[in-house]
Amino acid sequence: MWKFLLPFAAFVALTVLFAFGLNPSRDIHALPSPLIGRPAPAFSLTDVLDPSRPVSNDALKGQVYVLNVWATWCVACREEHEALLAISRQHVVPIIGLDYKDQREPAKQWLEQLGNPYQAVAFDGDGRTAIDWGVYGAPETYLVDGQGRVIFKFISPMTQQIWDREFMPRIAAARGGGA
Amino acid sequence: MSGPAARFPVMPAVLVLVLLGFMGSAVCRSAVQGVDANGQLEDRALQSRFERIASELRCLQCQNETIADSNAELAVDLRQQVREMLIAGKSNDAIFDFMTNRYGEFVRFSPPLETKTLFIWGAPFVMLLLGGFIVYRVVRHRSGMPVDDEPATGPGTN
Repeated sequence: MWKFLLPFAAFVALTVLFAFGLNPSRDIHALPSPLIGRPAPAFSLTDVLDPSRPVSNDALKGQVYVLNVWATWCVACREEHEALLAISRQHVVPIIGLDYKDQREPAKQWLEQLGNPYQAVAFDGDGRTAIDWGVYGAPETYLVDGQGRVIFKFISPMTQQIWDREFMPRIAAARGGGA
Repeated sequence: MSGPAARFPVMPAVLVLVLLGFMGSAVCRSAVQGVDANGQLEDRALQSRFERIASELRCLQCQNETIADSNAELAVDLRQQVREMLIAGKSNDAIFDFMTNRYGEFVRFSPPLETKTLFIWGAPFVMLLLGGFIVYRVVRHRSGMPVDDEPATGPGTN
């Protein structure tokens, strides 16, 4: 009996392991953010387009908003830019940009040439704010609820499908349940 | 050409050079405080703590490297963060907490032993026991078998 059962159990265990490990739709580099459910790290930076204009998430208190981490050196950010523009035109929530380890001039050109989906773009030249948010690449997109808590983090280029599937229900829930 | 050089008093020139040297080092120090020209912390004890901490933190851009080994931009930034926290007098635990609060437990190459990490710490021992048990079973099974695979008297042996 054991002679049959043990290899069979091993086979089932391996099948489950492989089904999980080799699943092509699982992003092996995606990490759960410890930030989820916790207050969004405060930042006060200046706008990439105007160094005299402050950008801080304090001003967004009480609002559901999206923070999108991008940079001009980031190829995937260009990829998602069209989608961000389209999403911003739907006026669901304010999209705040965080220009990560970048330079002002190319960033300015980028926004002028490709269009600006952001309500404001915080300039994080040394990447310190990004460290506070646990950013380890770009693009990354965070969703913050009305109580100022991070409720979702998405790593990879944004698309309209992902927005509709992952962000819209969470935004609705944050607005429905939150103050 | 010897005119100005000869007229120029030697001692003040040396003094000026020494002064310039001091200013230079002051400028360097203000750029990255407490760090010498080789990128090492001036305080040896801090430097050795820095090396230990950096070799236990994962660079999340290149996930199987430590921030000590990696040259990814994020690793450079995180090393700088660790240095600054050490200079500010933060404890090792405070630095590890700072990193795990931002990047999660995954950032630690050597996660602390707690209930949720029990499996990863215990797995090697479970594997060892399992392997030992299998070896034991196989050996015992074989030792109980008649020794029939030696002097085979059939055809085809030489």
